[in-house]
Amino acid sequence: MAAGNVRTAEGALDLPAILKDCLMSALVVFALAAPIIGLRTIDTPGGLGIDYRFDDVALAVLAGFVGRLLVNIYWAYGGRRRPPAKVDAIKGDSFASFMKKVGLYGGPVAILFAVAMPAMPFADRYVLDVAILVLTYIMLGWGLNIVVGLAGLLDLGYVAFYAVGAYSYALIATYFGWSFWVCLPLAGVFACFFGIILGFPVLRLRGDYLAIVTLGFGEIIRVVLLNWYEFTGGPNGVSGIPRPSFFGLNFARIAPEGEQTFHQFFGLEFSSVHRIIFLYYLILALALITNFVTLRLRKLPIGRAWEALREDEIACRSLGINPTNTKLTAFAIGAMFGGFAGSFFATRQGFISPESFTFIESAVILAIVVLGGMGSQIGVVIAAIFLIGGTEVFRELEQYRMLAFGGAMVLIMVWKPRGLLAHREPTLKLPPTAKAEAKPLAGAGGAA
Amino acid sequence: MEYFVQQLINGVTLGSIYGLIAIGYTMVYGIIGMINFAHGDVFMIGAFIALISLLILGSLGLTFIPLALLIVLIVSMLMASVYGWTVERVAYRPLRGSFRLAPLISAIGMSIFLQNYVQIAQGARVKPIQPVVNGGIVVMESPSFIVTLSYMQILIVLTTLVLMAGFSYLIARTALGRQQRACEQDRRMASLLGINVDRTISLTFVMGAALAAVAGMMFVLYYGVIDFFIGFLAGVKAFTAAVLGGIGSMPGAMLGGLLIGLIETFWSAYFSIEYKDVAAFSILVLVLIFLPTGLLGKPEIEKV
Repeated sequence: MAAGNVRTAEGALDLPAILKDCLMSALVVFALAAPIIGLRTIDTPGGLGIDYRFDDVALAVLAGFVGRLLVNIYWAYGGRRRPPAKVDAIKGDSFASFMKKVGLYGGPVAILFAVAMPAMPFADRYVLDVAILVLTYIMLGWGLNIVVGLAGLLDLGYVAFYAVGAYSYALIATYFGWSFWVCLPLAGVFACFFGIILGFPVLRLRGDYLAIVTLGFGEIIRVVLLNWYEFTGGPNGVSGIPRPSFFGLNFARIAPEGEQTFHQFFGLEFSSVHRIIFLYYLILALALITNFVTLRLRKLPIGRAWEALREDEIACRSLGINPTNTKLTAFAIGAMFGGFAGSFFATRQGFISPESFTFIESAVILAIVVLGGMGSQIGVVIAAIFLIGGTEVFRELEQYRMLAFGGAMVLIMVWKPRGLLAHREPTLKLPPTAKAEAKPLAGAGGAA
Repeated sequence: MEYFVQQLINGVTLGSIYGLIAIGYTMVYGIIGMINFAHGDVFMIGAFIALISLLILGSLGLTFIPLALLIVLIVSMLMASVYGWTVERVAYRPLRGSFRLAPLISAIGMSIFLQNYVQIAQGARVKPIQPVVNGGIVVMESPSFIVTLSYMQILIVLTTLVLMAGFSYLIARTALGRQQRACEQDRRMASLLGINVDRTISLTFVMGAALAAVAGMMFVLYYGVIDFFIGFLAGVKAFTAAVLGGIGSMPGAMLGGLLIGLIETFWSAYFSIEYKDVAAFSILVLVLIFLPTGLLGKPEIEKV
């Protein structure tokens, strides 16, 4: 129903229409809630029984009525009173321009804040843990941003590479006892390799098909991890994954024979927070590397090719860009960063199992990229803080967490379909000099 | 041989269920070109509504089983249709004409929402019920193996056939079907010709949801156990079926459903049951690589 019908032709409030609208939505809510909320199946000694909960249904119906009424009031008094002026339409509304400022100046501020965070008074163990989690998702988001945001390839199976990275570190470290710092690049290489193997056959598919195939690959990898007992430990996962060390100094309370621990070497009193802080800086560094590499890649010919391919594949092909190879590099590089993040995840948890690599993870990472505004680096940060940090804060409401998560995904999409940071700056500009007119080709070549 | 025939029967039964879900995917993809990710969850909700109405009818003391099943069928189709309609209204209609990824993300969000909604409202434990339709016919007999065709399987296949016939008639002969096909071909032209496009799309979702609810009911009756998570796997496999048959084509969806059901059953019977999902997904990948338009689909030409 359009916003128009809350007022009559004369401009007065059309109360009967509003009332009818609200009653209709209350009726729909009743039809939705009555079977699922109102009649709860419960276990009784003689099999399943039904528990009637009509008070909850009444609450839901009331909520539906009031909610719709509020929407109508918004339409009547607040929203869309007049079409935006031309200038506003060009400059974007105030929210968009605010977000643009965030995009311009937010980056350095955020990095400074992130570096200084462990020293702040409020940064206790819990805060650091949440921060590590958020940073892991930021890194994953940045990695996936290469694939989805830059190259425009919709990947619903990104968690597969995360899993490959995590399992390759976990298995190499537990079987051969190699250190984290040797395994980290290896995990990236493995994930990259998987990206190429998986990407090669499927990358000529179009958007939605590609999405569903990558989803299939993600599930295949999970099912294989789950069932290949001899190698991966099946549903029991891999436990006892070694922790990373700080240039050979580990974070234990008591050093093994002939070694020094971190707190002994620096003469500090032992504290278990040291390791958390170390892990925090580790993931911060990894995430910033991801960001830095992405920003640099965007300026290379391959990065330009990704963005061109996202905008128009046929034009790219006519201009001599090989779409398969270009897409494959994006897929492989994205996979590599997923692998790095995976091995960090393994070393942080000390235990991994296929449970951690379900489709929901892929959906969360993709949601971070798309809600942030595809291709926007700072948007990923904002979306990750909002989605991961936000749901983490409400952890007490455990069972409503994912409900709110799904609802938030829908609402943000409806509100801002292009994501929170939707503007897209052209990455290639001619230099604004007077000489540009005289010899434009040389000027453009030099600036790029 | 007997074993083979038994697997064939099981595969056709499973395939009918997948086919019913796949029709919802294929119709929606045909008309608005998006993967309705929440469709699998509408199927799950349909299964729950069927389960609940069965329990209520049981507690009311209705013992005439055909009547009870008919009531359950109608109730779950109606209730699930409301869900299908609401999902479209809330999550997809505001995004019509928006950029390509937005409805997909919204659909994934909707799917997560519905799963957790049912988990909270109904509990996370699996819900078992006693078999409602018992007995069967012995088709073949050998000393070592007896092939049975249970009444439940007959019921599933027959219901599917009847519904398929009904919906094919609806699409091919009625005004609604013509409007739907018109929207599928060219939405703007259809609206210029006086077709209410929004209403047609809503009805497509309602029809898809009703069929998914039938599939859900069959699933409850056939397997006797459901939980809030059945929608995801069934949804992905049904989507595979839709793609295999050629997306946008109703007979294709049914054919694809049957093939996926047969492949999965035979794979479990002759190779390994753990990797049956891998088999289904591998089929999906292979089909998309070598036969992107599916078995009965129309080739899509990419224009500048």
